[in-house]
Amino acid sequence: MSVTGPRLQPTLFERSRPGRGGGKIPHPPAGALDRIPADARRTMPPALPEMNEPDVVRHYVNLSQLNFAVDTGFYPLGSCTMKFNPKLNEWAARLRGFAELHPLTPDEAAQGTLQLLWELEGALAAISGMRAVTLQPAAGAQGELTGILMIRAHHRARGEGDRDEVLVPDSSHGTNPATASMAGYRTITIPSAADGGVDIDAFKAALGPRTAAVMITNPSTLGLFETRIGELLEAVHAAGALAYMDGANLNAIMGHFKAGEAGFDVMHFNVHKTFSTPHGGGGPGAGPVGVGDTLLPYLPTPRVLRDDDGSFRLERPGERPTSIGRMRSFVGNTGVLVRAYAYIRAHGASGLREVSDDAVLAANYLKHRLAGVYDLPYDRPCKHEFVASAATIKHETGIRTLDIAKRLIDFGFHPPTIYFPLIVEEGMLIEPTETESVETLDAFADALIAIAAEAASDPETVRAAPHTAPVKRLDEATAARQPNLRWRPMAGVETPCPD
Amino acid sequence: MPYGPHTSADRERMLAALGIDSVDALFADIPEGLRASSLDLPEPEPELQLAARLRGLAARNRLDLVSFLGAGVYRHWSPPAVDQILLRGEWYTAYTPYQPEVSQGTLQSIYEYESLLAELTGLDVVSASHYDGAAATAEAALMTCRATRRERVLVSRGVHPHYRATVATYFEGGLELDEIPLVAEGDGAGTTDLAALERMLADPDRPVAGVIAAQPDFLGLLEPMPRIGELAHAAGALFVAVIEPVSLAVLAPPGAYGADIAAGEGQPLGIPPQYGGPYLGILASTDALVRQIPGRLVGMTTDLDGQRAFVMTLRAREQDIRRDKAASNICTNQALLALAASVYLASIGPHGLRDVAALGAAKAAELEAALAAAGIPRLHPGPYLNEFAVRVPDAPRVHRRLLERGVLAGLVLAEHEPDDPSLADGLLVCATEVTTTEEIDRFAAALSETLTGRPPVAVEAGAG
Repeated sequence: MSVTGPRLQPTLFERSRPGRGGGKIPHPPAGALDRIPADARRTMPPALPEMNEPDVVRHYVNLSQLNFAVDTGFYPLGSCTMKFNPKLNEWAARLRGFAELHPLTPDEAAQGTLQLLWELEGALAAISGMRAVTLQPAAGAQGELTGILMIRAHHRARGEGDRDEVLVPDSSHGTNPATASMAGYRTITIPSAADGGVDIDAFKAALGPRTAAVMITNPSTLGLFETRIGELLEAVHAAGALAYMDGANLNAIMGHFKAGEAGFDVMHFNVHKTFSTPHGGGGPGAGPVGVGDTLLPYLPTPRVLRDDDGSFRLERPGERPTSIGRMRSFVGNTGVLVRAYAYIRAHGASGLREVSDDAVLAANYLKHRLAGVYDLPYDRPCKHEFVASAATIKHETGIRTLDIAKRLIDFGFHPPTIYFPLIVEEGMLIEPTETESVETLDAFADALIAIAAEAASDPETVRAAPHTAPVKRLDEATAARQPNLRWRPMAGVETPCPD
Repeated sequence: MPYGPHTSADRERMLAALGIDSVDALFADIPEGLRASSLDLPEPEPELQLAARLRGLAARNRLDLVSFLGAGVYRHWSPPAVDQILLRGEWYTAYTPYQPEVSQGTLQSIYEYESLLAELTGLDVVSASHYDGAAATAEAALMTCRATRRERVLVSRGVHPHYRATVATYFEGGLELDEIPLVAEGDGAGTTDLAALERMLADPDRPVAGVIAAQPDFLGLLEPMPRIGELAHAAGALFVAVIEPVSLAVLAPPGAYGADIAAGEGQPLGIPPQYGGPYLGILASTDALVRQIPGRLVGMTTDLDGQRAFVMTLRAREQDIRRDKAASNICTNQALLALAASVYLASIGPHGLRDVAALGAAKAAELEAALAAAGIPRLHPGPYLNEFAVRVPDAPRVHRRLLERGVLAGLVLAEHEPDDPSLADGLLVCATEVTTTEEIDRFAAALSETLTGRPPVAVEAGAG
C-alpha cells in the first residue's frame, strides 16, 4: 500500500535509514554485558526505526495535525464530557516535585503528594456524599470492577456468597455488564421504561435472594435524571442487595445530587470526564471510587492515611485484612489526580455547582434548537446531554445518523456519540459541556439543521461525507477480515546483535 | 467559573429560549428528598494562588535524594522531544479514535506503537495499552483461562509483589491462583523453583491455564525462561512472560523463548515516575491468541479512495459491542503513554536503547563493586542486568539512616515480601544510565559510615 493522500504520513519504519540518529546516550564500556549468559541474550536486534530528532518531531507534529481535538474544536461526544483541559493542570503535573517522585519513596519524603491525594479523597467524598474514597483505580471501568469486587466481599463476609446476579438497565454503558462478568457475576439486563427511565417495576420483579447488586447510571445515558431512584434504592436494600452508581454523568449534578446521601453504596468518578483531565486519545484517566459505611472495610489497599501528628502515610501491606487487595501497582494514576485536584481547587464549591448548571443549560438549549428538525424521543428537560434521533430523516431520505455524523466533520465539528445508547433508533448522544460558548452551540445547531435539509436536497453529498477530512470513510470490513496489526520489516535487512 | 464562556447575557438568552427564569427549573425533576446538601469545599482559588499552592505541595516532596530505588519503576533519560510532543493539544485533548476520519494521527501512532512493541517482544499482536504492568499481567492471566478453558494459574514469586496481588484481586471472581516458590539457596537462589513448578503442574485434578514468570525477576535476577516455558507447554498451559521493555534491547525477547503472552510495565520508555502513574501496561501475544487479547487494536486498511489508513479493528472483543461477553471491561486505556513510549523509542533508536540497557548494566556492576568494598555482599549469586539485592544487617534501620544522609538506598525487601525470611536483611538496589559514579561513591561512603561509624576507605570504582 502506498501513501497517496497529501496530508498522510509514512510510518516511522518507512522513514528509517540505517545510521541515522544517536547522540542521546553515552556508549557503555566494552564488556558491559559479559555477565549475561549467552542463552539469555538477544541474538537479533529489534528492527526499531533509526531517525534523527528533526524527522521524529516532524513525524509526530504532522501526524498530530490529522487529529480532531478539544483544543481544535467542538467535540460534543455524549457520555464522554469533552470539556476544556486547563493548561494550569498540565503545568502542575509536570512540576518536578510531582513528576519525578518514585512511587516507593518512603512516606516522609513524599508528604506533598500524599497530602494532595488525601485532600482530593476528601473533596470527592464531599462531592458525592460518600464516606471514603480510593484513588487507586486507573479508569472508570477499573473503578467499576473495584466496586463490584467490594460488593462481592461484603456478601461473602455475610455468608451470602451465593448471590450471583447483577442487574443493569439496557441503557447502561457496556462496561457495566462487562465488569459484572469479570467479577464472576451473571448480568441480568432490565429494559428501560417508555419514558427512558429505569423500569422500577421490572427491577423490583428481578430483585431477589440471588441479586448481589444493581448498577445504575444517574443521570442515565439518555441524559435523564432517574426520578424514582429513591424507591429503587429502597427495594434494592430490602432485597439485601447493594446499589452501584456509575458516575460517568456526574458533570450534570454536582451540588444538586449526592449519591451517598441518596443511598447508593458505592460509585466511581471519571476524573477525565467530570474533572477535566485530558482524554489523551483514549487514556489515561483515573476512576476513584467512593463508598458508604457498608463497603468501607473492603476498600483496596493502600489507602492514604493521616496520622495524629498530621503527617501522611500509605497503608502498609497487610494492615487492613478486610481489604479486597490491590487493583494495580502503587497508589494510582497520580499524575492524573494532580490535574483533578487543581481543577477542583480552581472551582471550589460554587464553581463546581456552576459547572453543572452551565452544562445542563447548554444541553437543554442545544436540544431546544434541534426541536422540530430531529426527533427528540424523550421530551423532558435533560441533564448534561440528550439523545436526538434521525429516525424520521432516515425514513424520509434514507440518510442515516452515521452519514449525518460524518457530514458534521465537513462543517468543522466532531460527531456526537452515535448509536448509543443502543435502545434509541438512529440515536445521537450530544453532550456540549459547560466550556462551549453560545456562539459555538448555535453554529453546531445550524450545521445539524443544514445537514437535515441536505439529506433531502442533496443526499449523495451527505452519504459520501466526510469530504474535507484527511481520509474518506474506511474499509473496516477488510481491516477485520485480514488484520494487519503491525508493520513487517523488509526481510534481509536485519543484522545480528553485536556481542 | 474559571474556564466557562458564558456572560450573564448569554445565560439569559439561553434561559429565554427555553422559556424559564432560572436554571433551577432544569433540576426540578430531582425529588425534594434527594436534593444535595451544600458542597463542603473551599471557595474557588484564582490561578495565581493555586499555582503557588501546587508549587508548595510539590516542594514538600524530597527530590534532593540520591536514589538507587527501582523495584518496577526506573529513572531514565527521556529526550525532551518526548514531552514536547505530548504537550501538543492535538494529542492529549483528543478522545478515543472512534471516528477514524478525524483521528488518523492517533490511529497511526497506535499502529506504530503496536509495531514497535512487536519488534521488542518478538510477538505479533500488541494491545493498544493497559493501565500498568500489574493490570496487564492480570489481563494476561485471565487470557490464559479463556484460551484454555481452565481455571488455575501459577505465578512465580519472582513476579513483582504488586502484580501478584493484582492478579489475586482479579481472580476473586472465581479463578484459582497459586504461587511458585523461589529457589532458597545455591546458584539459582532467588529464581523460580523449577522442581516445584513441575510438581504443581503435575496435579491432574487441577489443570493449569497459565504460568507467569518475570524476566528479570523482582529481585533483578535472570530467570531460566526457556525452561519455564517448556514445562508450562508440556502441561498444556500457556506461558506469560512479565518483561521490562528496555532490557529487551539486550535480553532474549519473549517470542524467542516460546512465551505466548508478554505483559509488562512500559514506564521505563520515557515516562516519568510521577508517584505511580499514569504508566503504560504492555500486553502482547502470539497471533493464535488475537481473539482473546483484551483492549483496543488498530489495524492498517484503506479508505474509499484507496489511500492507506488506520482504524480500530476486531472490536467484537470489546465491552461497548459485546457487553457481558467482552474479553475485558477495559475502555479508557493509557493511549497517551503509548505515544510517549513510541516517541521515546523513535528518538532513542535501536542503538540508543541498547546503550541504555548496557550502560545500566555497567553502572550496576560499578555499584555492586562499590557496595562489596563497603562490606555489603549480594544476596544471590546468579546473573542480573541492572538491579540486585544486597544483604545489609538491620536493613530497615540502615535504610532510614541513609535517608537522613540524603541517600535513598533502594527498597527494604522485608516491607514488601514480609513472608520470605531469606529477604529479611535485603535491600533491592538498581542503577541505570543516569546513575553517576559520584552517586555510587556517596552511597557506598554513607553506607560504610552508617555500618561502622567510620569514614570509608577509598573505593576503586570499576565495572568488574
